[in-house]
Amino acid sequence: MKFRIYRYNPETDKSPYVQDYELQLDAPDAMLLEALLLLKEQDDTLTLRKSCREGICGSDAMNINGRNGLACITPLSSLKQPIEIRPLPGLPVIRDLVVDMTQFFKQYHSIKPYLVNEEAPPETERLQSPAQRKHLDGLYECILCGCCSTSCPSFWWNPDKFVGPAGLLQAYRFIADTRDQATSERLDNLEDPYRLFRCHTIMNCVDVCPKELNPTEAIGKIKDMMVKRMV
Amino acid sequence: MVNRVVVGAHYGLRDWLIQRVTAVVMVLYIATLGVLLCLQPQINYDTWTALFSSLWLRTASLLFLLCLFYHAWIGVRDIVMDYIKPASIRLVIHVLVILALLYYTIWSVQILWGM
Repeated sequence: MKFRIYRYNPETDKSPYVQDYELQLDAPDAMLLEALLLLKEQDDTLTLRKSCREGICGSDAMNINGRNGLACITPLSSLKQPIEIRPLPGLPVIRDLVVDMTQFFKQYHSIKPYLVNEEAPPETERLQSPAQRKHLDGLYECILCGCCSTSCPSFWWNPDKFVGPAGLLQAYRFIADTRDQATSERLDNLEDPYRLFRCHTIMNCVDVCPKELNPTEAIGKIKDMMVKRMV
Repeated sequence: MVNRVVVGAHYGLRDWLIQRVTAVVMVLYIATLGVLLCLQPQINYDTWTALFSSLWLRTASLLFLLCLFYHAWIGVRDIVMDYIKPASIRLVIHVLVILALLYYTIWSVQILWGM
């Protein structure tokens, strides 16, 4: 099994390079992460993030054969060889496949990813009807792996100003939540030529999301709400 | 001025919406003009001037051109926002684009009503 992996250690390398690896692996159902960990046993300088190994934590997002995804839930059998592994595009590389996600999380924090409710909390919990709760399906499942935002050219170009698909999906998650009272402030926060409207609906985010979520649809719903508020 | 990232100019929705509305107007106009041209037995200078002698077609054409210019303004401004980073140069380019579009508007009126 042949691999071509992006390598870069800013402390010792002048520029990034691609290193070839070979691996004998007789496990037809194995996921890419297993192969990468075996490669790391061969060469322990190879650096990557991973944690849960089952597509929940979102740590091992990387660019696999040109497409962002999670190594732990990508079957090796689905990949054409040599398998090209690169870090998530558009973010500064810390080392090899590990990127600096500061900008990504800054944008996530900018949409206030928490419930804003000024009323005193009730004895038990803030209740929702099943119909109200249903609006959060397809939104709350986001694991913040960054696959979508780092596949978005608008985010590559304006990472400091455009919230990006992950952040906007989460923005809508709280706009859609009936327990949240800051809808108007949340819409104000995005009513800007950059923060939301840099999205030109090319849907790379929908294409790569490992949880099969739809940020484009959420962005469209935010726009609908803004229009409804204005007219 | 401190160098900080500033966002929050509240015209994102308005311009996005205007770009959609102007696009719809342009599609309707192009379709209508296409049908009108197809209905002409032949297209030459005489049929063309006869067609554009009607006030409503001139008005519709002017509306189409105004929509085109506004649509183009938003599109060009978005491109300038992406590629020209210094605010001063960006402002100068914005002003030049607006002046050019205003000139085109006057020119359009002159063409439509000067025929």
